[in-house]
Amino acid sequence: MINKIWFFMIAMAVAFAATSGKLALLNDEIFNSLKTSVELALGLIGGMVLWCGVLKVAEKSGLVDKLSLLIRPVLRLIFNELPSKGNAMGAMVMNMTSNMLGLGNAATPMGLKAMDELQKLNTKKDVATNAMCLFLVINAAPPQFIPATVLSLRSSMGSANPGIIILPALINSMLALTTGIIACKLLERTTGGSR
Amino acid sequence: MSYIIPLIILFILTYGYIKGVKVYEVFVEGAKEGLQITYRIFPYIAAMLLAVGMLRKSGGLDFILYILSPVTNIMGIPKEVMPLVIMKPLSGSGALGVLADILKREGADSFAGIVASTIMSSTETIFYTITIYFGSIGIKNIRHTLAAALIADLAGVIGAVIICTILFK
Repeated sequence: MINKIWFFMIAMAVAFAATSGKLALLNDEIFNSLKTSVELALGLIGGMVLWCGVLKVAEKSGLVDKLSLLIRPVLRLIFNELPSKGNAMGAMVMNMTSNMLGLGNAATPMGLKAMDELQKLNTKKDVATNAMCLFLVINAAPPQFIPATVLSLRSSMGSANPGIIILPALINSMLALTTGIIACKLLERTTGGSR
Repeated sequence: MSYIIPLIILFILTYGYIKGVKVYEVFVEGAKEGLQITYRIFPYIAAMLLAVGMLRKSGGLDFILYILSPVTNIMGIPKEVMPLVIMKPLSGSGALGVLADILKREGADSFAGIVASTIMSSTETIFYTITIYFGSIGIKNIRHTLAAALIADLAGVIGAVIICTILFK
């Protein structure tokens, strides 16, 4: 998908530039945008080093586990059809916790583990269960306490106040998440399938 | 609001210090990972900045935004933010490149910049996640997952515009 889009963007750019006589401008832009990306990466390194360092401390100190204790009851409420102490629940809690701290690297392996555990409870192995659909929807708008890459990017782009977006983003993803969960619970009745 | 980042850092480090974590060493260990992540995502950002830059310069992006303008006008989405709205569900690193482009052109603290940053921080790369997660366990029929995830994503986009309008405009 992304391959098609990327190719289409470049092909369309060259076609547009050629028809409007802007090919020379386009030539300059190619090297300009590469220069921008290098400057950007240098700025990005600073922020990423900061946040990944801080988050490592949060991980090692057990703060991440503390957060997962808060998340567990919420997930139990949403996934009321699942056994509350199973492996599936544990993996989903860890996935959610990692997402909330912007630890994308940790979130994906735990998410895959959760899907694996949910599949063990599935009776029709090629049809998604309600819990699987819900879990994926939750992954579409995870609330983030520390959106590390966005914060780093904002400071490297000269923001006077990179952290100004943390609170609005948090409120926003809670709203998006609630909307998604409601939509999911309503839709699951119409698409058949099993628990 | 400018105290929020120093406070988060102080809180996490203090908690670690009390719990006996070697804060300096652990911080550096994590910082190395941060360096590696930047190193790893750089080619994706460069590829996407290149494509977005070319599309913008050629007038192609204006054309796409013009076609989409009836939709964006109804939902009140600033048109500068639209490239991110399209890219975010498809590719996380691609979206990061698009966000960088918006922040550079419009300014990180402009309204469009803040809305874009909010969207980036509160929605996820759903097509990718759905493909990988269901693919890993061999599910063929994903039922209502995509529909519900897209509803959540759309709510995230419209919500970001509304919340940022209330808070920053």
